[in-house]
Amino acid sequence: MTKALVRARAILRTGLDDRGLTRIETIRSDPPLTLRQTAPGEVHLVSTGAGPLGGDHLRLDVEVAEGTSLTVRSIASTLVLPGAGRSLMEIHVYVASGATLVFAPEPTVLAAGCDHRMTTAVTLAADASLFWREEIVFGRHGERPGRCHSRFDATAGGRPLLRQEFVVGDPEADGSPAVFGTARCVGSTLITTETPAEGPKSEPREAEVAEGVAVLPLAGPGTLVSALAADAVELRKRLSWGESRVSVQAGSPARATVGLRPPASRFP
Amino acid sequence: MDGPATGAPAVNGATLGLPPTQTAASGMPLTHGLAGLLLLADSRLPAGGHAHSGGAEEACRTGAISGPEDLARFLRGRLATAGRVAAALAWSACEAAQAFSRPDKESREPGSPASSGQARVADPETAWRLLDAEADARIASPAQRLAGRTQGRLLIRTARRIWPSTALETLARAVPDGAHHPIALGVAAQAAGCTPDQAAMAAAYTSVTGAATAAVRLLGLDPVTVHRLLAELPYDSVIAEQHDWSALPAHAAPALDLLAEQHLRTEVRLFVS
Amino acid sequence: MSANHDDHHDAPDGHGRALRLGIGGPVGSGKTALTAALCRSLGPSLRLGVVTNDIYTTEDADFLRRAGVIDPDRIMAVQTGCCPHTAIRDDIAANVDAVETLEERFGPLDLVIVESGGDNLTATFSRGLADRQIFVLDVSGGDKVPRKGGPGVTSADLLVVNKTDLAPMVGADLTVMSRDAAAVRDGKPVLFTSIREDRGAHSVAEWVAGVVDSWRHQHSHSHLS
Repeated sequence: MTKALVRARAILRTGLDDRGLTRIETIRSDPPLTLRQTAPGEVHLVSTGAGPLGGDHLRLDVEVAEGTSLTVRSIASTLVLPGAGRSLMEIHVYVASGATLVFAPEPTVLAAGCDHRMTTAVTLAADASLFWREEIVFGRHGERPGRCHSRFDATAGGRPLLRQEFVVGDPEADGSPAVFGTARCVGSTLITTETPAEGPKSEPREAEVAEGVAVLPLAGPGTLVSALAADAVELRKRLSWGESRVSVQAGSPARATVGLRPPASRFP
Repeated sequence: MDGPATGAPAVNGATLGLPPTQTAASGMPLTHGLAGLLLLADSRLPAGGHAHSGGAEEACRTGAISGPEDLARFLRGRLATAGRVAAALAWSACEAAQAFSRPDKESREPGSPASSGQARVADPETAWRLLDAEADARIASPAQRLAGRTQGRLLIRTARRIWPSTALETLARAVPDGAHHPIALGVAAQAAGCTPDQAAMAAAYTSVTGAATAAVRLLGLDPVTVHRLLAELPYDSVIAEQHDWSALPAHAAPALDLLAEQHLRTEVRLFVS
Repeated sequence: MSANHDDHHDAPDGHGRALRLGIGGPVGSGKTALTAALCRSLGPSLRLGVVTNDIYTTEDADFLRRAGVIDPDRIMAVQTGCCPHTAIRDDIAANVDAVETLEERFGPLDLVIVESGGDNLTATFSRGLADRQIFVLDVSGGDKVPRKGGPGVTSADLLVVNKTDLAPMVGADLTVMSRDAAAVRDGKPVLFTSIREDRGAHSVAEWVAGVVDSWRHQHSHSHLS
């Protein structure tokens, strides 16, 4: 690998236009992180160039302004490759009051020999809405993955909502029936929900579980769909099922469903 | 098979042979806190732990654990994830309880180990609720949160009678349904005279022993084989100083979440979790 | 569900709380049937709660709920992790928690029955959990059981020999059982019943009512002085 180490920082910000509709206020690409607006309030990440490669340090900042809605997707999966040292992808997100963010890129695929670090920090205002999907594929077809350590932190209204780390390629955890079992992919979708109303009348939100997927109401105002699967297609199918269950459970409140509809799956 | 290691006893003997007045750099006796650690880590501690399998019962039922090899992988993975998180929470809870118990606030000023913790920024009850919320955010499965709180509540009840302490009382008041088990363990450890490292060790150790014992009972595994697995686990690797509660380890174990939820929905079950 | 109440924690002497009655005995001897019978007989006059310790799932609790002898919310099930005797003797934390939760939700109560999971003849209740205990045998286990003794048979406050209707069929001699039990029990009472025929287990219920009555007199708050 003779490629120079990449430092990139892309920025995405929304604002309200004169009619009170969402417009993309700032869309700053920094290759290989390239952003393209594909519809009103919708942006696709278009990777220009391979990677990240070992040694690359990529950062994406997303700020969803009060009362606006933003959807972020990607054109293709991200293939993490080995290189000179560790690659880093960090994402910093702020979703303001009354704003909605749907973040649903294609999976991150860990190629053999990679050494990748992902950190995501999501700060939600108390009544912000979020749909955040993250999928990690352990190696290309028939390939043993390199190493990856991801950390996701979300706070809502200043309180911790979800903090979770995944370590792939750690001999202590790989293949453990307690961690990933025989799965080759792990994925999760965090969906904010109404704060459970206080009082005896509020129905406790029930967890649901099916083959390789669980719908897990969090202690705070959110539900996590957590899935394991043998391949990316099965993983997406399981997550989509769980995501649909959250919409069902959320019932009528517009906030929980409208604008948070899972993005159309690329897979049947 | 390995016989009794001939080298080890000599080394231990040398340590144990030191006069009891011998002190570590901290000025504490070398054995400081060890009695509390032994009592807290003992499976005979009457705090309800014997009825929890930490997902092992469901893993045995589904065939994910069928013998010593996959039990070893289960335990290693459990220690590296849930065990690491539990150790960090216990470390933090023990340190905060220490900080609260110091009569002199000055001793928490910079330079003292407690000063970098978050205990001093809030009154104790607020601090306990904050740490408990940090635990909540790291346990996605409601079944696991319930099991953790149940065990925490039982441990607090037991520990209050064995080692009465202000911190245990405050914790019980702050989180009346029961603080998460590692937090209860950390505070109980402080009451029992343990250091944060010892509290974390107790948490790391008990994060796997319940599962190991359950597998012995359910599968009829050779208990000596299973204890050897326990002896070989890298407990030290999951114990570290912690000074920012929001940054505490948060290693997730999706399979444990699935097992915990399936377990609640399984008709025939011997263990609470 | 909070059970961290100071007044429960440090009051092992029992002031101001219900009598806790343990019911133990081997598998199939009729512990659950006796619990149901006591609820039937005592329910009208006493404020009750029941804690079951099932070996599998919540079968005993479900049986009691279906039997309709007590408000289903007043039954709590405790799981025992393969070791029913541990949960009533060595590590009683989960059972104490269940008892205190019942008292907190429905209290004041007069009597909380803790039914153990079926185990062997050596299983007895810790004094930290049960103030009094009944050990239930049945005749089909053989008429030698009382002679063999064991902590349950010898130390229980009341020994109940159930299924006397089966005695002729299994060749059990009730006289022998009565004599042997008396010999090892140092004068403590033994009652013979057939809960199938006497669905209220009236002799046992009468004994329990008497025990509750004297407990009340000894431990009422007015008696604290």
